[in-house]
Amino acid sequence: MLAVETSDLTRKFGEFTAVNKLNLAIRRGSIYGFLGPNGSGKSTTIRMLCGLLKPTAGTGTVMGLDIGQDSEQIKSQIGYMSQKFSLYDDLTVSENLAFYAGMYDLPADAARRKIQEMLELAHLADSKNELAANLSGGYKQRLALGCAILHKPPILFLDEPTGGVDPKSRRMFWDIIYALADAGSTVMVTTHFMDEAEHCDAIGFIYEGNLIADDSPHKLKMSLPGIFITIPADNPMELMQQLAEERLPALDIYPHGASVRILTEEKTLGYYRRFAYQITSPSLEDVFVYYVKNRRQEAPR
Amino acid sequence: MRRLRALLLKEFIQMKRDRLTFAMMVGLPIIQLLVFGFAINTDVKHLSTVVFDQSLQQESRDLLGAFTASEYFDIKYTARSYQEVADIIEQGKAKVGIIIPPDFSDSIKHSRSAAVQVIVDASDSMAASSAISTAQLIGQLKSEEILVKKLQAAGAQKPARPYDIRIRPWYNPDLVSAFYMVPGILGIILTMTMVMITSMAIVRERERGTLEQLIVTPLKSYELMLGKIIPYIFVGYIQATLALAVGIVVFDLPMQGSLALLYGLTTLFIVASLALGILISTVTRTQMQAMQLSFFIFLPSILLSGFMFPREAMPDFFRMIGYLLPLTYYLEIMRGIVLKGVGVSFLWTQILALCVFITVMLTVSILKFQKRLV
Ligand SMILES: Nc1ncnc2c1ncn2[C@@H]1O[C@H](COP(=O)(O)OP(=O)(O)OP(=O)(O)O)[C@@H](O)[C@H]1O
Ligand SMILES: [Mg+2]
Repeated sequence: MLAVETSDLTRKFGEFTAVNKLNLAIRRGSIYGFLGPNGSGKSTTIRMLCGLLKPTAGTGTVMGLDIGQDSEQIKSQIGYMSQKFSLYDDLTVSENLAFYAGMYDLPADAARRKIQEMLELAHLADSKNELAANLSGGYKQRLALGCAILHKPPILFLDEPTGGVDPKSRRMFWDIIYALADAGSTVMVTTHFMDEAEHCDAIGFIYEGNLIADDSPHKLKMSLPGIFITIPADNPMELMQQLAEERLPALDIYPHGASVRILTEEKTLGYYRRFAYQITSPSLEDVFVYYVKNRRQEAPR
Repeated sequence: MRRLRALLLKEFIQMKRDRLTFAMMVGLPIIQLLVFGFAINTDVKHLSTVVFDQSLQQESRDLLGAFTASEYFDIKYTARSYQEVADIIEQGKAKVGIIIPPDFSDSIKHSRSAAVQVIVDASDSMAASSAISTAQLIGQLKSEEILVKKLQAAGAQKPARPYDIRIRPWYNPDLVSAFYMVPGILGIILTMTMVMITSMAIVRERERGTLEQLIVTPLKSYELMLGKIIPYIFVGYIQATLALAVGIVVFDLPMQGSLALLYGLTTLFIVASLALGILISTVTRTQMQAMQLSFFIFLPSILLSGFMFPREAMPDFFRMIGYLLPLTYYLEIMRGIVLKGVGVSFLWTQILALCVFITVMLTVSILKFQKRLV
């Protein structure tokens, strides 16, 4: 059973296509990482799934409900945390929680219990009487998460929840996300942090509105057509120049700190024997750089 | 119900924390009523006056005494020639000149008509008409007084009820009075604040970004509208009560009709104004737009509702536009209840009109409001 399924989901703003023919399939109970550079259409996609924006073309379902027709029913099924803090600055932490408990129609005693639970879960008990405006970034995000999961939604959309958050809060965030997924919730989360992406069950990579890669982190790394090697160099640019002049076979080549990273087919590895190279397992970043370059060659914009 | 309750609680907390706005909502009606009330007050008294008394007899002093006693004329200058009178008025030091001829006392003694000249600077028409009519009245009263004295001296009986020396406490050629204005000002104040507050209500959440979180919840459009209207009914009550209190205490507003009826129908008007504000809030995208649209409503409300100008005298087109404004009906209701003391049986048309207005505004708002971002 899929928690989210879209077919050719598209959103245009005037002439500009923010999201282009997206086909997503997110398994129930999984953590789906949604990655992409700034302006690539992550927020727009999530907003369409939450019913905040109407798709201009294509269809989709969330928990089996159609995002076009059943958008109101979907709303009681989802938790949403927007990229920009959108709780009430002039309410305190517990007032914000109580407000959203009311919005999700929780009975009084359940609400009280849930609010307490959220205060503890998000480590906010000490600042429950603080105005939201006075909270620091990490606290604000934790409060927003608390408000989004208060009603135990089967699916959670988190739009860059850890942007501008200190490492400790970030850790706490992911602990909560794991716990929710273990309890059976589906989580779709956007992030810019590659280490966070590594922890997801599946990753979608969106670039200029197009989904250019979509699989588990492991399979994505395996999908590269070759092996990554690293050659240490005091002057990486000089080395790259030299490699280019010698026309050594490479699928991809780029400087990386005090070294050069090269993607090459296994059978051509011998050409590099004279360099003191090391075989390194590709990072997700390597994967995305490769896919983006590939994409650019296929379909230049 | 829980959703609506949470929404109301939130609005009240926010209102409580936003002290400045709350103080303005409460302070504004009092200040506006006082400013408007006094500014539009047509009761013109204590006009600076210059006198050229050529008679300087008991009779002329008597007449000038009557002018002073009326409180309309403050004799500030004494002139010694026509030219001096003219100069003083021209320089704006005095608005009125009184010129008593040398033979004033003789004329009275010999029962000839005595011509007293009153010059009025008519550039301020309100002051001028006030001065003219009061001067005429004084002349009339003084003549009667002298006549009566003469009759008495001639041996006639003192009339049973002697003339009334009191001058009308105020003169009001256009029937515009503080009485008449106060109910209107109350209506204007309510329109302004109620429309303004609610027109901001939803766009503000949109601009601050809080609407995004709000509309991913199962909240219904009508719940949101009610949640934005109900709290401000209370604010409206506070304003109406303050304005009425000022009207009664400061402007001696007579309260002819039923207070309960007044409050009941004021509620109706408040809701109508709030509903209008909500509609503005749903069709605009920014607080700036909402503000501009609100002002776009105020102008016709002030000009066409009958607050400033009598509606009977308006061209048909403008009178029809007036029918689209809740203030038009509320003014009729207010003036009816406060000044004439009419009961509900005379006000059905207005009540019905307001109900229709509320229904239309809210229906359109609920239909128009999409739980979406763009
Ligand atoms: N309401 C809108 N009107 C016009 N253009 C929009 C609107 N919302 C988004 N866009 C455009 O659509 C593109 C995708 O925006 P989106 O917010 O989905 O990107 P994103 O992947 O979330 O980026 P970021 O990482 O910066 O949050 C951007 O170029 C943005 O300018
Ligand atoms: Mg975004």
